[in-house]
Amino acid sequence: MAVVEVRDLSKHFGDVVAVDDIDLLSDEGEFLVLLGPSGCGKTTLLRMIAGLEQPTEGRILLGGEDVSGLPPRARRVAMVFQSYALYPHMTVSNNIAFPLKAQGVEAGERDTRVKWAADLFGIGHLLHRRPRQLSGGERQRVALARALVREPTVFLLDEPLSNLDAKLRAAARDDLMEFQRRIGITTIYVTHDQVEAMGMGDRIAVMDHGRIRQLGTPEEVYHHPADVFVATFLGSPPMNLLEATGFLLGFRPEQLLPEGIAHDDNDRVPFTFHVNRVEYLGSERYLYGHIREYDETKIIAMLPATVSLPIETDRDHNFSVSRRQIRFFDPETGVKLPPQAL
Amino acid sequence: MSSATDTRRPRYLSDNPRFLAGLFMSPAVIYILALVGFPFILAIVYSFTDISTGNPALDFVGLDTFRAVLADPVFRQALWNTFWFAVVANLLVVVFATALAEVLTRDFKGKWLVRFLVLLPWVAPVSLATVTWLWTLDSIFSPIDWVLRELGLITENMYWLGRPELARLSVVAVQAWRVIPLAAVIIMAGRMAIPGEIDDAVAVDGAGPWRRMFQVTIPLLAPIIAVAVLFGVILTISDMSVVYVLTRGGPTNSTQVLSTWAFIKGIEGGALGQGAAVALFLLPVLIAITAVVLRLARRREVM
Repeated sequence: MAVVEVRDLSKHFGDVVAVDDIDLLSDEGEFLVLLGPSGCGKTTLLRMIAGLEQPTEGRILLGGEDVSGLPPRARRVAMVFQSYALYPHMTVSNNIAFPLKAQGVEAGERDTRVKWAADLFGIGHLLHRRPRQLSGGERQRVALARALVREPTVFLLDEPLSNLDAKLRAAARDDLMEFQRRIGITTIYVTHDQVEAMGMGDRIAVMDHGRIRQLGTPEEVYHHPADVFVATFLGSPPMNLLEATGFLLGFRPEQLLPEGIAHDDNDRVPFTFHVNRVEYLGSERYLYGHIREYDETKIIAMLPATVSLPIETDRDHNFSVSRRQIRFFDPETGVKLPPQAL
Repeated sequence: MSSATDTRRPRYLSDNPRFLAGLFMSPAVIYILALVGFPFILAIVYSFTDISTGNPALDFVGLDTFRAVLADPVFRQALWNTFWFAVVANLLVVVFATALAEVLTRDFKGKWLVRFLVLLPWVAPVSLATVTWLWTLDSIFSPIDWVLRELGLITENMYWLGRPELARLSVVAVQAWRVIPLAAVIIMAGRMAIPGEIDDAVAVDGAGPWRRMFQVTIPLLAPIIAVAVLFGVILTISDMSVVYVLTRGGPTNSTQVLSTWAFIKGIEGGALGQGAAVALFLLPVLIAITAVVLRLARRREVM
């Protein structure tokens, strides 16, 4: 097991800066998620850690050892790709054995370890099949087995769930977490799906334009976003932002609740919420409208199904947000500010 | 005009799909019938007669023409040469074209220039390109000999086209040189179709370039290489310009192939029936190769 450390890392493709001076340090055995919109540099960062891409500047350390100039095969990293990249002409058994053959592991030992890896992922009965005869979930397990059979020090995953359909994805996520916990290997996981990131990550690095905007636990990045980008990228619907004099104030849609229901907190800031439209989604209601005190800025409130209060449209309602749940940002830089007087 | 059946019939002839289909296909069909189909049938008919330029009467002699052709030792030499030239030339083609495809799918400066240069032998007309080889391999003025002489490797000229073994080697080399560009382009298309993540996976799995080449790239390219070989074999077997321009089948028929022998026998020698019989001998061979390679390509279907 080893920690991954990245120092002052940059990658330029011509004029495009894909990764812009990033520092990152993982914990041992941590599940670290790189989250960001497409083109934010998360995959490039992962590929540089794998050795598939050479950094323009900066250094990469695996387990304290500088591997910056080394090719992938000298790094003892394992990687699972979005398409799984199984070798289509080889059986499952040969796919899993391939990294061992490349390492020069002798045949007897190889068979033992292939069997170990296959059993670990419950694909022992598929060893003689070819990848195209497997389902998406089975292919993913083969890819994981192939990655882990060498007992790597670091495990890199590039959107490994995005090719699975929604139903399989939840199950695969659960499987993946269980394997990671059991093996305890440092894992870096790239995704653009915030549900995956929130659900799986010990910590999340939220990336945008080649930079890490915030690194923290799911609770930290969700409840205490470092800037406006993180606040609006995370959460669905995203954080509501209102322009006050000298600062932006923000709160999550689920924090805006009607007066007249029980609150667990009495220090609340009142808002007059003009509701234009109600969207009924079963487990919750989305209320679309604006706050009277803050012009026409559109905001969304999310009421859980447990709040059965009828809400009439095209009318003003008395809503409030717990003072502790209101966040403040600099209107120029977008960076988090300490609490302001309201 | 107002009924439903009427609306289905196009009002103008130019809207009638069946008429248009026939119209658009007719140039190709006429071309094939006139320039391939008719001579082909004529050749079959001729091969059962003793027709010659001196006596253009169609006297059917059954299989006598074929017997005469088969009894000729030059024919057997030509058959043997045709086979071996195709095999050796296409082995060279596979090796060089696969290597070229690997190089040309990489990113490097001047890639487009190199790609263009690689394609040149294919773009030049076969006979013209072969004439330059004729000069290059000239018995007295060959630049290859000059270089070897200057390097002190030889004292006398090689007579590339004058000695049976060297002449065979020269023919094979020129055939390979001619087919490599096409094969390289075909294989290159296949190489680019291999997903980049496969190459990344190979790198992360710790395999070096040789292992990648022989255990991943070439197995994945096998069906495409089979197609390239199919074209290469057909091109080398059916081609007569290279041998005809370089050696005319000489010295003493040592480089004779079926296509040149058919031409020399039928057109230059005037024995049209025997020429046709020799030429037809290529047909089952080509059909067999096509069937084998196509079957191979289907069985090794990937992805």
